Amino acid sequence: MAPLLVESAASGAQVLFLGDNFSRLLGGLGTSLAISGLALLIGLPLGILLGSLRIVDNWVLRGILRVYLEFFRIVPTLVVLFLFYYILPREMGIQIDGKTIAVIAFALWVAAEISDVVRSGLISVPDHQIETGKALGMSGFQLLWYVRLPQSINLMIPAVLNLATRVVKTTSLLLLISVIDVVTVGQQIMETNRMAHPDAAFWVYGFIFLLYFIVCWPLSMIAKALEKRAKERNRD
Amino acid sequence: MTDASTPLLRVTDVCKSYGEHEVLKNVSFSVAKGEVLVLLGPSGSGKSTLIRCLNGLEDIQSGSIEFEGNTISGRKEKDWRELRTRIGMVFQSYDLFPNLTVAQNICLGPLKVQKRDRHEVEQQMNSLLDEVQLSEYRNSYPRELSGGQKQRIAIVRALAMNPDVMLFDEVTASLDPEMVREVLELMLGLARQKMTMIVVTHEMEFARRVADNVLFLENGVVVEQQTGEEFFDCPSTERAQAFLHSMSPIDSVD
Repeated sequence: MAPLLVESAASGAQVLFLGDNFSRLLGGLGTSLAISGLALLIGLPLGILLGSLRIVDNWVLRGILRVYLEFFRIVPTLVVLFLFYYILPREMGIQIDGKTIAVIAFALWVAAEISDVVRSGLISVPDHQIETGKALGMSGFQLLWYVRLPQSINLMIPAVLNLATRVVKTTSLLLLISVIDVVTVGQQIMETNRMAHPDAAFWVYGFIFLLYFIVCWPLSMIAKALEKRAKERNRD
Repeated sequence: MTDASTPLLRVTDVCKSYGEHEVLKNVSFSVAKGEVLVLLGPSGSGKSTLIRCLNGLEDIQSGSIEFEGNTISGRKEKDWRELRTRIGMVFQSYDLFPNLTVAQNICLGPLKVQKRDRHEVEQQMNSLLDEVQLSEYRNSYPRELSGGQKQRIAIVRALAMNPDVMLFDEVTASLDPEMVREVLELMLGLARQKMTMIVVTHEMEFARRVADNVLFLENGVVVEQQTGEEFFDCPSTERAQAFLHSMSPIDSVD
C-alpha cells in the first residue's frame, strides 16, 4: 500500500518535469506577472493623479471620479474583462489581443482602487501641515508634492502592495479571455496527461499555488517593512 | 510705490464671522516697517484669527488689508501665494515637516517656492542656524529635537524666506516652561534687528519688553490701542487693567 502511494505521488509530480512543462508553467507565470506589472505601471501614476484630483475643490470633477471608482468596485473584474474583450471590440470594430485588453482593463481597475487609497491618504495629513506649507507660499501642486504625498505614503504603500497581490491573483481569470497564463498552461498539462497521470491536478495546482505564493508573499513582507520605516520617519 | 509714510501693513475695519458668529468687528490698525506689534487679549478674543487673516489663511467678510499700500484682502489664492513668501508665519504647533531633516525643512521654501540658488540658500541657512546655535542639528529629523529647538527651527525656516514681516501665533503656548525662554530670546533678538513683527502671546514680561505697540482685543473688538509702555504702565480702559491684573504673577497680588 505505502510503496504504491509513494510511486503514484512520484509519478504525478513527474508531470511537472515532463517535456518542457516546467518552463511552460514558468512562462505562463511570466505572462501573468508581465500583465500585472504593466497594469500597475500604468495604473499607479494614473491612480495617484485621479486620487489627487479627488481632493480638488470642484464637485463635478469629484463626482465623475467617484463614479469611475464605484464602477470598478461594483462590476466584477471578470465582467470588466469580458466587456473589454468581447463587447467593446465588436461595438467599435477594433481588434485588440487579449493581453493588451488585460493590461488596459487591469490598469483602469488599479487606477480606480489607487485613487481611493491616495485620496484617503492625502486627506489624513493634518491641516496644520497644509497651512504651514501655504504660509511658505506653496502652490497646490507643491503642497501635494512636498507635503501631502510624502506624509501619507506610509498609509498608501501597504494598500498598494495589497492591491498588487490582488492583481497578480486576479490574472488567473485571464484564461477566460484566451490569454495563456500560468493557470491555462496548468490546465493544458492536466488535459494532456489525464490518462497517464490522473493525479496530475494535485501536483500542477500545488505547484501553481507555490508560484503564486513565491510572488505574493515577498510583496506583503516588503509592504510591512516599508510601512514600519515610513511610520518611524513620519513621527513628529 | 511706497514712501516712508506708508505703513507696511494697514488693516481697516476688518470684519470676520463664521456664519452668525462674529469673530472680528471693525478691527483697524497699522504696522510700520521695523515695528513690533503685540496682540493681547483673553482667549477667544480673536487674536489668532486676526493674525491668520493677515496672510490669507482666513478670509474676511468686509474691510481691507493693505500691504505696502496695496490692497491684498479679497485677492485670489494665487496672489496670496506671492505675498506669503514675504509674510513669514510661525504657528503654535511648530509644524516642521516630519519627513524632512532640519536643513531640508529650512531650504524647501527658498529652493522650491522662491527658486533661489541652492548655494546661496545653504549659506543663509548655515548662518541662521549658527545664530540660533542649532548647527549641529542640520541633518537631524524634527522628532530628534526638543519642543524649543523645533520652534526655533520653525522660526529659522520662516526667516530663510527673507520675509518683510513675521507673524507669530502663540509660538510658546505649547512649549514646556523651561523651553519658552530660548524661543522668546530669539524673538527679542529679531526685534533688536528691526524685524517687523506681529506677535500674539500670553507671555506678559516678554510682551512688555518687545512691544512697540499693543493692540488689546476682547470679543473681536479693539478695546485699547497704545504704545507698549503706556499699555503696561497705565492702561486707560478698565478691561485692559483687569486683563493685566489677571495675567500678573501671583506674588504681586496683595
